[in-house]
Parts: sequence; structure tokens; C-alpha cells
Amino acid sequence: MHPLLSKDTGQKRLLLGNEAIVRGAIEAGAAVAAAYPGTPSSEIANNLFFISLQGDWPLYFEFSTNEKVAMEVAASAAAAGVRSLTCMKHVGMNVASDVLMTLAYVGVKAGMVIVTADDPSMHSSQNEQDNRIYARFANLPMLEPTSPQEAKDMTIQAFDLSESLELPVIVRTTTRTSHVRGPVELGPLPEEVRQKGIFQKDPRRWVPVPAVARMRHRVLLEQMEKARGLAEGSRFNSMSGKGKTGIVASGVSVCYVEDAIRELGVEDRVTFLKLGFTYPFPVSILKDFIQKVDEILVVEELEPFQEDEIKIICKDMGQDRPVFGKATGHFSRMYEFDPLMVKKAIAQVTGCDLNLPQMPDLSSLPPLPMRPPSLCQGCPHRETYNAVKEALKELGLEENAIYPTDIGCYTLGLLPPIQMADYLLCMGSSVGSSAGFSVATDHKIVSFIGDSTFFHSGLSSLASAYHNEHRFCLVILDNSTTAMTGHQPNPGIEIRPPGYDRPRIPIEDAVRGLGIKNVHKINPYRKKEAVALFKEVLAKDELSVVIAEAPCILYYRKFGGKK
Amino acid sequence: MDTKKILFTGVGGQGTLLASRLLGEAAMAAGMDVRVSEVHGMAQRGGVVESTVMLGGLKSPIISKGEADILVSFEPLETIRALDRCSRGSVIVTNTVPIIPITVKLGQAEYPDVDYWIDFMKKSYRRVCALDADELAKTAGTSKAVNVVLLGVLIGLNEVPVTREMVEETIKKQVKPRFVEANLKAFELGLEKAEC
Repeated sequence: MHPLLSKDTGQKRLLLGNEAIVRGAIEAGAAVAAAYPGTPSSEIANNLFFISLQGDWPLYFEFSTNEKVAMEVAASAAAAGVRSLTCMKHVGMNVASDVLMTLAYVGVKAGMVIVTADDPSMHSSQNEQDNRIYARFANLPMLEPTSPQEAKDMTIQAFDLSESLELPVIVRTTTRTSHVRGPVELGPLPEEVRQKGIFQKDPRRWVPVPAVARMRHRVLLEQMEKARGLAEGSRFNSMSGKGKTGIVASGVSVCYVEDAIRELGVEDRVTFLKLGFTYPFPVSILKDFIQKVDEILVVEELEPFQEDEIKIICKDMGQDRPVFGKATGHFSRMYEFDPLMVKKAIAQVTGCDLNLPQMPDLSSLPPLPMRPPSLCQGCPHRETYNAVKEALKELGLEENAIYPTDIGCYTLGLLPPIQMADYLLCMGSSVGSSAGFSVATDHKIVSFIGDSTFFHSGLSSLASAYHNEHRFCLVILDNSTTAMTGHQPNPGIEIRPPGYDRPRIPIEDAVRGLGIKNVHKINPYRKKEAVALFKEVLAKDELSVVIAEAPCILYYRKFGGKK
Repeated sequence: MDTKKILFTGVGGQGTLLASRLLGEAAMAAGMDVRVSEVHGMAQRGGVVESTVMLGGLKSPIISKGEADILVSFEPLETIRALDRCSRGSVIVTNTVPIIPITVKLGQAEYPDVDYWIDFMKKSYRRVCALDADELAKTAGTSKAVNVVLLGVLIGLNEVPVTREMVEETIKKQVKPRFVEANLKAFELGLEKAEC
């Protein structure tokens, strides 16, 4: 049995924030879940996947081809009365946002939870967008846990909220709340899980043609007013202390503030407002808080989301309070915080001493060698990159070549000695950007995309490139898994986790199915043949697709030979 | 209980996450409040992997400059890199076996003089325990147990309120059955080396 299905109610487990979310979903009776993996959200989907694969718990899970599809799967299940969850990294929400914005209008019947895991400091991401803004943009309720225990509790609460408001509810984590372990008390598992619902037809609700959408927008605003009332009464929003300096925080910043108050010994100087149910803004609570304090320090990573709102509320109240935060330079809009940063700001605002630790003089430290992540020894991607480079060199085209790339392990081809990654935006951008380069330049264009990324958002771009007669060589690095995020399956995989028997779509068939005839397959480890093939293909100025097929060596060690 | 901020650092694949997790599990089993933070994703592809164990009711998952009470490092370059997280009062446990980074192999950077810097540490920090953990792990029967050797050293130093028995119980529960024996042996060898 999967450890997250433990029936040891009342016992504690040391769970990751992401595992706690899974346990919460299980305890809440979620029966359908769908996701596309992405750090720092991946362990949510992985655990749901293995729970469903083992088959001893009534949960349907799928790795959908992208976040948009995953959100649609979860949305329709919830529309039919079945509790559902989807999870994604912050940029995944961009892909799903087309669904999100209108899903807010039509709503749900059973509880639906959308987990977005943000990545301040970009530990594993291409940007550090603040997805709290999506809650405001789409106008949906949002909860933000500070610990694994809260991650579980809030997930359960989010299902209940969602069901009572008939709206999907966003649970927003960051890297530091997703990837922290803490004791989590196991609650009871549900006696029964509703796996099948009935979809009640109601086109005036579920089909947002303009006349319906106009009505539904009104409903959304009304429901969000109810949500505001619930946020104001929520146990996840609490105030402590009676001091004259007000501090507001949510998410991981709460941890830094609590430790700082303790370490600085300023308990009697501050009033701390901890927000967990963060959107809609609990305006009455904020007003009460503003009344009680002389000045306010807002501790939040990334955008001044609460800071700006607090300023608006102060203005509405006619209360002139200094609000310290991003605008005053106490904190940056960039990168994640650390405990000392928060301690310094609190010391500054409360006027107390900051006793910095005594550190030895490290000024004689030489510059230390960096240790950039790199492609594994023996990784097939290395071979493919080298074969392309060799072929271009032999053709005398290396100087003029550019390499649009995509998102996956192979993005590490950016680093020396390979250095074959020149342009990247997002999942699938290798294909679309190659099209642009092919009309706007005379470069030789060789672009790289992985198998999972190809299914995520390469297919429709490739249809577009072929139809519009763009000229580039697309190399699909097919290692039979989604390697970077921890070896999740995708439709093209040949090597499978035991028990995974969903139908396969060979990438070659998919590409040929678009009408493209200039399609080739290589084994990157057969260097001579690979170079010869690339030479032949790259000598011509036309669209070509080369599928470099060889399994990820780590994945092969895990599941190879167990087809 | 006093708070303790323990920083683990090493290179992807060395098992830093398992070491911090074992310590966290042992502390939780002993009824302590604990937070363990981990690094997942891109950094695991041979980059620097850091984790922390926070004891005594601390909530923050990460450790700022100068604030680590204890540094447990699996690789000497990473020890040196993490020195700015330590203060004079810190305890340092470090492996002495280098893993040469690609940047050094390509001649873009120079690997620091390990002996010199360990000497510097011994003069500058409260307690420093430097040892060849790879050798001890091999003696225990698995070169992969460097993490448990170092955990043994940490416990042997009596700097954290977690006992030998608590960790041994956790190893028996958390480690795959066929590796338990070698890991217990590695842990014991580490305990014995805890002198500084």
C-alpha cells in the first residue's frame, strides 16, 4: 500500500508539503486528478500517479499532455459532481489560464482544487512570476499554507470551500512550502469516495456564449463576496500580539516572521497578522488590524500583492499609516527571502538591536569553482548534440547555425562544452521560435525539443510550421520519459512503469500524421550513422524532423526491461 | 529546548537528502518539532544540493549567512562554499574527499587547497571534524553510505538532542531492507570517528 494511504489516524508522519497536499486530497475524497509535471509541484502528481497505479484506492489519475488539458479534465469531473484536483508549477498556470479564466465563470458542482507551486528565485524555472495574481485575475479564492500540516488542512478546506461556493479554489505554494518536510497528523480516510457523478445538463450555466457569460460573471462576483465573508471568518487568518508595529505575512514568509519575532524578542512590540486564506482579501480583518497599529510592515515574496491592497484600504479608511515593504525598499520584488533578511527588516522597523553572528574573516577565500548542473555521463542527449555539431562542422555551416531549444534536461546543452542552446521562452517554444527565425534570418536553424515537451505543446506548433512552409530542422530528443521532473510517462513512451498500460503514440507516427514526409530516426549512440543522417538533412534548406531515440539512462535503470 | 539550525550540503547523488531526512525522522520519532527542507529538480543533476534540519520549534526552512549552528558537508569544496553560513560558534563536520566539478576539469577554475582550508576551519570555528567518509563507507560495505557515516559523526558529537538509538531505529525503518546492515555499520563507524 502507498504510504500516503496509511490508516494510522492520529499518528504523525514527516511529510513534504507536496505529500501533505496529496494526503489532504485523499482524506477529502478526491476521485479524479490530472496534471503535467513541473518543479516544484512534481511530487504531488507523482504520488497521485503511484497511488492510482497500485489500484487499491478509488482514485483516477492521469498525466495529461499539458496543464490546460489537465485542468479541463479536473474541471469537467467537478462539473459532474466528482471531487477533483489539478496541480502545476507556476508557469503551467499560464498554459492552463485559458481554462482558468472561464472556469471561474461556469464554476463547479463538486469541490475542485487547483494547486499552483511558485518558484521564487527560480531554482528550476525560467521566470518567478507571482501566481497570487492569478487568483485576483480569474477572481477565485486562494489559500496559502506555511507548513506541511497546513498544506494538508488547507487542501481539505479548499475542497469544502470549493463545493460550497461552486468555484474552483486555488492552493498556492512556493518551493519552500512544497519542498519542506514537517510532522503532519493523519486524519481519517473517507469511508466512501464518489467516483462517478452525473452531469446535469444546463447550457445556461455550462456553455458560456455571450448571453450566458454575462450572467455568470455576475454570479462569480456574488460568490466571491460570499468567499470574502468566509475568508474573514477563516481559522487560517489570525492576529497575535498587541504591539504598535503591525506585521502582515503569508506563505513561507510567516515562518521567517515567527522565527524573527522569537529571536529578536519583540513579542510585545508587534501585532502579527498571519494570512492563510489570502484571496479575496479579508477586508474587515485588515481594517481591524490597521486600526490597532501605528505602522505596518508587509512581508511577502515577489509582487506587492498585499502591500498595495493594504494601502488602498488605509486610503479608504482615511487612515494615514506608514506601510513598509517593496515601495520603501525594505524588501525586493526579486527572489525568495531568507530568515536574516526578514529579521533585519523587523529590527529596523521596531528599532531593536540585531545581534549579528560573529563570523571569521573570509576575505581571503579564493573564487570558488561553480558546480553547474550537467547532463549525466552517458546521457543520449550529449551524443545527439555532438552528432549535430559534427555534421554542421563537416558541412561548414557551424558558424551560421543557431539552436532554439526547449524545456527539459537538454536545456543544459546551454553549458560548455556543448553550448547548443540559443533561444528559449517556454514549453514548446523551440518550434514556434524556429518558424520566426526562419523567416527573419538566413541562419541555419536546428532546434531541440524533448518527447514530453513535444506532446505538451510541440505538436500544434509543428503543424503550423509545416503548413506555413518554414525551414528548419527539428530534433526531437526522445528519451522515452519526462526526465527532468522525475520520469513521468507521456504518450510516446516505450519503456513503462510496471502496470502502466495506456496506449502508445509513437512520435514518428504523430509527425507523419501531420503530413510531414521529411522525417528520420536515429540512434544517437551510433555516431557515424547519426552524423551522416544529419549531414544529409542539414544540407537541404527545408523543414525536417529527426527523432533521436534512446532512453534516459536513469529511467532505463529504473524500468528498463520491464516493458 | 534550544533551537538548532543544521545545514547539510553536498553534490547531487551523494545522498544529502536522505541524511537530513533520517535526522528529521529520528527527531520527530523522539517527539520533537522539526522542519526539513530539500532541494529538488534541476540542482539534482550534479549540482550543489543543500538541505536543512531545523530543531526546537523553528519554522524557517532555510538558513541565512552566519546562522548555521552545525554544518554537515559531504564534499570539501562545498564545505568551503558554505562557510559564510557559519559563525565562530558553529560546528563543522566535513568529508575530505573532493568531487572535482566540471568547471575545474575544463580548466575554467581552480579547486581550492583542501588542507589549507581545513586548517583554517580548525582555527576559526568552535569544533571541526574532518574525515575521509568515503573510506569508512567502503569499510562498512557500501560506498553510497557516506551520508550515514557523516550522520554518525554528527550524532557522536552530542551537539543535537537526538540519540544514537533514535537514528538506528529510523535507519531500520526508512532504509531499504537490503541496505540496513551496511548503513548501521556505516553509522557506527561515523560515531566512532566523532572526536574533535
